[in-house]
Amino acid sequence: MTSVAEQQPRGREGRLRSMVDFYVTSMRTEVQTQFQYRAAIYMYLLGMVAEPVIYLVVWTTIAEESGGTVGGLTTGELAAYYIVWTLVRNMNVVFTPFGWEWRIREGQLSGLLLRPLHPIHYDIAQFAGGKIVWVLFYLPIAIALTLVFDPVFGIRPLEVAVFVVALWGAYLIRTFAQSALGMITFWTTRVGAIFNLYFTLELLLSGRLVPLTLMPDWVQTVAWLFPFQWTFYFPIQTLVGEYSNAELAAGLGMQVLWTLIGIGVFSILWRYAIRRYSAVGN
Amino acid sequence: MTTLRVALLHLRVGVMAELQYRVNFALQVLQSILQLATGLVVLALVYSHTTDLNGWSESELLAVMGIQILMGGVIRALIQPNMMRLTEDVQEGRLDHALTKPVDAQMLISVREVQVWQAVDIVSGAIVVAVALVRLGTDLGVLDALAFGVALVFGGVLLYCFWLVLATGSFWVVRMWFLPELFEGVFQTGRWPVGIYPQWLRISITFLVPIAFAVTVPAEALTARLDWETLIFAALFTVAVFLFTRWFWRFGLKHYTGASA
Repeated sequence: MTSVAEQQPRGREGRLRSMVDFYVTSMRTEVQTQFQYRAAIYMYLLGMVAEPVIYLVVWTTIAEESGGTVGGLTTGELAAYYIVWTLVRNMNVVFTPFGWEWRIREGQLSGLLLRPLHPIHYDIAQFAGGKIVWVLFYLPIAIALTLVFDPVFGIRPLEVAVFVVALWGAYLIRTFAQSALGMITFWTTRVGAIFNLYFTLELLLSGRLVPLTLMPDWVQTVAWLFPFQWTFYFPIQTLVGEYSNAELAAGLGMQVLWTLIGIGVFSILWRYAIRRYSAVGN
Repeated sequence: MTTLRVALLHLRVGVMAELQYRVNFALQVLQSILQLATGLVVLALVYSHTTDLNGWSESELLAVMGIQILMGGVIRALIQPNMMRLTEDVQEGRLDHALTKPVDAQMLISVREVQVWQAVDIVSGAIVVAVALVRLGTDLGVLDALAFGVALVFGGVLLYCFWLVLATGSFWVVRMWFLPELFEGVFQTGRWPVGIYPQWLRISITFLVPIAFAVTVPAEALTARLDWETLIFAALFTVAVFLFTRWFWRFGLKHYTGASA
């Protein structure tokens, strides 16, 4: 234990260092925790992979029946899109609003409030740590999908770099958007339908269901009003599409913008919401 | 007979318990509408790019979708809650309470839970099937309707067996929280006729996970695609799988060591 004298307020630099230390430690702990549940993670990943495989098979069938392309996409490009999809999906799994609902309804939040940092830090760090294990386990699945579906890639080194950054951008956008949504639970615990409406919008407007270019034009326009396309379509297209350097930079800029909006909305909601929290026991 | 009476009694108590929570009904209706709307949008999107998917028209695929929703309702109302309760009971060592009762244990663990509001999906699925039939304008004969009903029952039994085999796995692998996600993911393959999938996947979702029998075969009955050989094969397969499941359940049970009692 350090003495009281040594615990005097640290400077900005010290705070930053302890924050980094917290994130590294939390992530390392989570890696070890997740490693215990190898079989369970594998089963979960298999269920997750079913979704893009279905989309891919449906659109490949359509492309083959209409002369090799659908909406200008070849079967090889479709395969590439949905295989990268699986990695993006892996990376943008975050603590869900359903998790917040459980946390608040069951009074689990009480314990989290007693900790020195805002609960969102624990969520971000834990899920980020989990990614390391998940992506590791996911790699054999990616190889299998690549062998089965013959994707066509044309990748530049810069695109790979942007892709890696964009994965974390998508992760942060989804974290804050879904946590903000979870705040509704402070007012009512009957939230399942609202959350599902949100996820339906996301499915249709993010590029999760189909590459956005296969959607009618007006849907593509509407998609600009929401953060969703920056969590699926953009990260996938950095590898699969033909973005110019300017477009890559603009996309990352949009990710930063939506992350900041998410942090803002979440912080404001949290300030009002937390006053309403009450729990018994725990 | 006693067995059947006990089963019905359990189901009635389960339904009565759930009926106390009426608001859940409204919420479930909302969820079902949302799910249905999503399905219709996807269907419209697919058929805005083509007129025929592997030989199935839009109305025919609507029938497939209706059957898939209906079956999903059956699973979530009757099968999945019981199987998840089984895995939890094994994990917590509470299964003793079921095993010590003087009735067949497999029957008892299959009827203890019923999520009656999930049955909304059974209704909405049936409506979708009806709409599809009207749009197809098919003259459904008595034999076709009968074949459809029989195929649905086989499909339901097969899905039950599949779930029980998985849940029996909890005698060895204790944590099974991933089962609903895994099943839900794979079950979505049933939205589309099995013919469109590559062969390895088609075989998996026919024999490994019996989704083809649960959704595509009944849909074939409705769209005049079913031949009698398939139906007879489905019957034999169902009986074989049921016997295997019963054996596997008993085999797993031997590995159960209670933790509480």
